[in-house]
Amino acid sequence: MTNAVEIRDLTLGYDRHPAVHHLDGAIPQGSLTAIVGPNGAGKSTLVKGIAGVLRPIGGSIRLVDCETRDVAHLPQTAEIDRSFPITVFDFVALGLWRRIGAFGGLGRSERVRVGEAIAAVGLDGFEARPIGTLSGGQMQRTLFARLILQDAALILLDEPFNAVDGRTVDDLLGLVRRWHGEGRTVIAVLHDLELVRRVFPQTLVIAREPVAWGATAEVVTTEVLARARRMIEAFDLGAPVCARSAA
Amino acid sequence: MFALLHDLLIAPFADFEFMRRALVGSVVLALAGAPIGVFLMLRRMSLTGDAMAHAILPGAALGYLVAGLSLPAMTIGGLAAGVLVALAAGAVARASVLREDTTLAAFYLTSLALGVVIVSMEGSNVDLLHVLFGSVLALDDAALTLIGGIATLTLVTLAAIFRPLVTDSVDPVFLRSLGGFGAPVHMTFMALVVMNLVGGFLALGTLLSVGMMMLPAASARLWTDDLTALLALAVPIGAVAAVSGLIAAYHLSLPAGPAIVLAAAVLYVLSLAFGRRGLLAARFGRRHLEA
Repeated sequence: MTNAVEIRDLTLGYDRHPAVHHLDGAIPQGSLTAIVGPNGAGKSTLVKGIAGVLRPIGGSIRLVDCETRDVAHLPQTAEIDRSFPITVFDFVALGLWRRIGAFGGLGRSERVRVGEAIAAVGLDGFEARPIGTLSGGQMQRTLFARLILQDAALILLDEPFNAVDGRTVDDLLGLVRRWHGEGRTVIAVLHDLELVRRVFPQTLVIAREPVAWGATAEVVTTEVLARARRMIEAFDLGAPVCARSAA
Repeated sequence: MFALLHDLLIAPFADFEFMRRALVGSVVLALAGAPIGVFLMLRRMSLTGDAMAHAILPGAALGYLVAGLSLPAMTIGGLAAGVLVALAAGAVARASVLREDTTLAAFYLTSLALGVVIVSMEGSNVDLLHVLFGSVLALDDAALTLIGGIATLTLVTLAAIFRPLVTDSVDPVFLRSLGGFGAPVHMTFMALVVMNLVGGFLALGTLLSVGMMMLPAASARLWTDDLTALLALAVPIGAVAAVSGLIAAYHLSLPAGPAIVLAAAVLYVLSLAFGRRGLLAARFGRRHLEA
């Protein structure tokens, strides 16, 4: 099976302090992978690295058959200005950017696709609503509708179900399953381990250092998670230069 | 009755060429300045325009020092100073821990102080007033051409970068994920801001030229939640302010530039009171709906 993402001796961090430390591995094409770990484990950092938002300070990330800009990325704290006067329809339509570019107009078929995406996330009738009037869950649905239109081979979701009610989680999980069924590679940062066991075949457990990576049933165990919790050390301003980077 | 209206509204422009020039200049300024103001407002940069207006001063002053009251020299100087400050503030914000509002404050204050020093080295205080408050009643052909050219370029450019600009305003992270759009769009927009301030400063001066951008934009926002309507509404509000300000200045012997901005301020206060999203509507709004 070919890989979608290949990671070699990857270190990501901020101001020379590593947040992801010497990670090696690969994410196969069409796989459905969960990233779990304690707070501060580097989960979001890793996702940003794969999305190309953050440059590695060591090692490399290689996207196979895919450019950084073809990756659909749902950030954790989307820096969205909810007070901006834009409707749900126009906002979701931004997902077609790759298709219509910065200048192209929305033709009839594109408008239909936008409508279908909005319907797929259960927001029928919300097309003309300004995004500022949406609830948290509705906004998350809107972002998923945009992800649908991005039609990406690699989809990165950073804590997509935070502060979202059960029904919305179920609906959005349905979309994640659909993307998986369509052969897309999906990587999601999650905290709900029960959900991970239920839906995600592959799991990476990290705690700055990689802890375990593989089939969810073998990786998400009490023993591994306890190890992950122990491995999160305090941020040390006076930390020495990492000996492994000399090699 | 008609004679009275004619005397009040038409005669000032019919009788005096300088009034006609001021009319064209200020209305054209509103045409391009109002949409710029709308985006400044939506990008939470309402005060950035003011900062940039201050930043333009040393460039214009240097131009004045070198060539006297010469339009090309002061225009080029103002543009150069404005673009320099915008680029430097953006670049330093990206490269350091400082945010752009902080770097902009640092650069524009430096620029402003330099400008005042330059003006005081040579000119009298009258000249300083001229630079600070403009001379909408003394627009010559060259100045009108410049204002018209800037407005044309602004509207064409805004149309071209509309989608990236809107996206950068509402969801900048998403725009960055598309690769390479974010910084160029912001810089292009800042260049438009500087150009319009330079155009405005010929007529209204460095300080008041921001008024023609922000007051119509803020007024329009009190009437509508729709971006297209917002842009379409801000322009006529600015134009009405320009015309009524000139008329008031003529009959009441007020300085024309401040009169135009005050007219815009009156429209703002009216919008604040009576706008669909204004204070009265919020206070005595219709009763709530079923769903």
